[in-house]
Amino acid sequence: MTSPARTRRLGHVAVTRTLRDGAWRVVELITTPVVPADYLDVIAPLRNPTVLRARIEAVRRETANAVTLELRPGRNWQPHQPGQYVRLGVDVDGVRLWRAYSVSSAAGRKDGRFTVTVNAVKDGVVSGYLLKHARRGMIVTLDLPAGDFVLPASPPPKALFVTAGSGITPVMGMLRSTLPSLQDVIVVHSARTPSDVVFGAELRSLAEAGRIRLIERHTGADGRLKPDELASLVPDLFERETWACGPGEMLDDLTSHWTDAGAADRLHVERFRPTVLVAGDGGTVTFERTGTTAEATGGTTILDAGEAAGQLMPSGCRMGICYKCVLPMREGIVRDVRDGTITTATEVDGDKVLIQTCISAAAGPCRFDA
Amino acid sequence: MTTLQRKEVNPIAHLTPEDIEQIGRELDAIRDEVLAVRGEKDAKYIRRMITIQRRVELGSRALLLFSLFPPAWILGTAGLSISKILENMEIGHNILHGQYDFMRDPKIHSTTWEWDSASPAEQWKHSHNELHHKYTNVVGRDNDLGYGIMRVDEQQKWVPAHLGQPLYNFINACFFEYGIAAYDLELGRNLKTKKRRSNPAFRANLRAVGRKIRRQVLKDYVVHPALAIPVGFLMGNPLGAFLGTFAANAVASLVRNLWSHSVIMCGHFPKGVETFERTSITGETRGEWYLRQMLGSANISGSKLMHVMTGNLSHQIEHHLFPDLPASRYAEIAPKVRALFEKYELNYVSGPLVVQVASAWAKVFRLALPNRKPAKAIDHSIPPRHPAEQPAAV
Ligand code: FES
Repeated sequence: MTSPARTRRLGHVAVTRTLRDGAWRVVELITTPVVPADYLDVIAPLRNPTVLRARIEAVRRETANAVTLELRPGRNWQPHQPGQYVRLGVDVDGVRLWRAYSVSSAAGRKDGRFTVTVNAVKDGVVSGYLLKHARRGMIVTLDLPAGDFVLPASPPPKALFVTAGSGITPVMGMLRSTLPSLQDVIVVHSARTPSDVVFGAELRSLAEAGRIRLIERHTGADGRLKPDELASLVPDLFERETWACGPGEMLDDLTSHWTDAGAADRLHVERFRPTVLVAGDGGTVTFERTGTTAEATGGTTILDAGEAAGQLMPSGCRMGICYKCVLPMREGIVRDVRDGTITTATEVDGDKVLIQTCISAAAGPCRFDA
Repeated sequence: MTTLQRKEVNPIAHLTPEDIEQIGRELDAIRDEVLAVRGEKDAKYIRRMITIQRRVELGSRALLLFSLFPPAWILGTAGLSISKILENMEIGHNILHGQYDFMRDPKIHSTTWEWDSASPAEQWKHSHNELHHKYTNVVGRDNDLGYGIMRVDEQQKWVPAHLGQPLYNFINACFFEYGIAAYDLELGRNLKTKKRRSNPAFRANLRAVGRKIRRQVLKDYVVHPALAIPVGFLMGNPLGAFLGTFAANAVASLVRNLWSHSVIMCGHFPKGVETFERTSITGETRGEWYLRQMLGSANISGSKLMHVMTGNLSHQIEHHLFPDLPASRYAEIAPKVRALFEKYELNYVSGPLVVQVASAWAKVFRLALPNRKPAKAIDHSIPPRHPAEQPAAV
């Protein structure tokens, strides 16, 4: 049974809550049909609780091809764990595009800021844009940190990090956060030339100070590192808890090497999946929730293909003007049948790319959230 | 095939089917040119519009806290009228057309935007984007023609009730946003029989409109006037402050309603705009669809400010050809579109606001009376409700 005092207290809480809710409802009425936060956007874009944004506070050039952005996240941000990545939504030529970048700063900074380091990839729309146009004061959209490429709560006695290219970024975040509690650390890093090593100066000074053992590999001169070579460079390879991040081939090589040795559980890998979508003609269209699939030619719209396969499709004008037929595409590539415009969606876009199915035809395999 | 309502002179008699398809291709080319440059400029434009509108609104609402001061009342009411007009036309109408969906910003997107109008965005998108823009000026299909309450074409049967249509039109203008909501609900039709009245889909829509109106009314006529009361107390006249702000909101809404009604009447009503037969759109090609939009719309000429305040619906012709291109681009392409009209000897209907409004009203008055000479072979059959035709070819 609840004591009278407790009841009164509860009643009190309920009253304040009702009052607060009531007051909030009035505030919402003041701003209807939009939400109060939308007016806040006019003066303080980072305070909006419904959209997570960040302001670029500083831009530092790391190499000719890499740039570090210092970000001040807005309301509702949650701190990252070392090794995790964040998705950034950057408006490139007016269109919001999402990409995932590893957090490169130490966890738990007092000022609440964090950094990501962006490496320009070939033909990379977003990385290229950030390299050229990122400026202090720019606002980007943000998603909460994610990823399980992280260090365990109790650090291993011996650690090995094998990285290549921009694969160093999440590892740098780990080193900066946890180096004091790590005893024996080896970093094997590959880059094309010495000047291409992102965070080169910092890594080398850590090595000089004896905090890590750094093995640099310059693939431009020495070629790609093979697992066998790694074994001779690091004799106690399998005694170490290992984190690897870099191009897919390297990770495949490492994975089979560790598996062959029966040590697969000691290897943690992070893959950057550069989804390469090339426009073709037609493709398999999958509606994930119903499990319906349709083979669509480049001349049939997704709407027609879906309907022919028995999928219940939303539609209206069927000629591209009413937007009633839009469906979120998780991954895939489509072509506008009117003007040939190509639209792509990758996993990193989440389910956020909405496609007008009545005027889009498959230009490759497409997966819809429907 | 696109057939005009039977007219004495057929303005497209000189066009061959090849001509019509060629017009379609040339319009597609104009569309492609815009798509090639659409981007940051357009994103900036709509964001700036939204920011301006919100600032003007906040500023006006702040002024209206002092509605007891006549200058504050006048400025505040003017500002609120402007903000409501911007919000409905250049921002709401255009975003709900999907013109800015390309930005992939979930905040500025046709699927999430809600506007300051009695009609919920979802319902309006259905009756406007889907029905009106597809069946533009097809008598019996496009309910925007006369909103189902007026006689808009000589070939429609006259009944004595039409005598009152200048009055209905005026009342509709004053309460335009509610008129639109009723129209989106197809209220007249849906209230007719018990079966339709109790249709769950209709009832759900009705509830949605009710919710929307309740919130808006509370906002404009209760909450904001109430916010002025404390200032009123300081000045010794709380009731006056309440009523002052109340009146300001009512006037601003009236101004917005009259303005948008006028602009919208200019889109398809003035002299020179054609209407089409119900059966004419079966198997319509893309070229024919374009042609129907060209002949069925009219522009308003004027300054840049005028275009912004009409949400660029002053470029109704360009809007009807390319409803999903950013409206601020219409002015750029208008000369090209006009040149195309000239090349194919078609009538590009355009004129200053006053002339167009007068012309539209003249039609409302003229058609309130029976025709002077009987129209030839008029089809008075009631059109079927749902599109039985094939979807227009894409
Ligand atoms: S059905 Fe109208 S835009 Fe696709």
